[in-house]
Amino acid sequence: MSEERGGRGRGKGGDKDKNKDGARRGGGFFRRRRVCKFCAEKIDYINYKDVRLLAPFLPERGKIQPRRISGTCALHQRKLQTAIKRARQLALVPYVTD
Amino acid sequence: MSASRQYELVYLITPDASDQEVADLHTQIEQIVQRFGSSNTVLEKTENWGRRKLAYEIGHHREATYVVETINSTSGDVMKEIDRRLRVTDQVIRHLVVRVDEEIRVAERTRDARKANQARRRIARGLPPEPAPGEKRGDQDMDDDRDGVEVQR
Repeated sequence: MSEERGGRGRGKGGDKDKNKDGARRGGGFFRRRRVCKFCAEKIDYINYKDVRLLAPFLPERGKIQPRRISGTCALHQRKLQTAIKRARQLALVPYVTD
Repeated sequence: MSASRQYELVYLITPDASDQEVADLHTQIEQIVQRFGSSNTVLEKTENWGRRKLAYEIGHHREATYVVETINSTSGDVMKEIDRRLRVTDQVIRHLVVRVDEEIRVAERTRDARKANQARRRIARGLPPEPAPGEKRGDQDMDDDRDGVEVQR
């Protein structure tokens, strides 16, 4: 994990093509560097009661944001998924919003 | 491992319930814990979040009082009984029981592993095992990332 990040972090001058690998779908949207938020911030336990932690992964519609967009690693996406589903049961986050 | 299990119980009470009724529900649960639990069953912590807006309507209610209880027990029988009781209580509009000890243990293990790994790598680089408080990371990946986003907007 860290090796991968180190490799990407090399060119940090801000030149455009260095972001290519991270911004496949970039286009008109702002591009993201795909770094798993939970790995980067060293969050081991994704608490389902922490709405502020979960909210960025639920776009307007209320669906769980896919890994390919959020950049979350597989392990954390799995944990995030259960956390969001628990939070939904408790009406902390929506199932759907129209 | 049948040692100690930790459960988290969250329940939502109707907004019409008075503070007294909320307190009554809590004592009810306390009683169940005492009656059905073995000697080492304890209600460790109670958190009342107060009234909170719901993300969606539950039976025409738009808000509810949230209460979180942490219970340590060696068997699941207590939670079974609490679950049954909350199901038949009209004031409780939603409840959830989660066993958390295993998840917390996993989280602790990964944290310890990461710390050990970090210490090992730092020693290999000839640094003290613990990073100094103000020490900056080698790769400023996160800061870099944020810059990129702002620029694009």
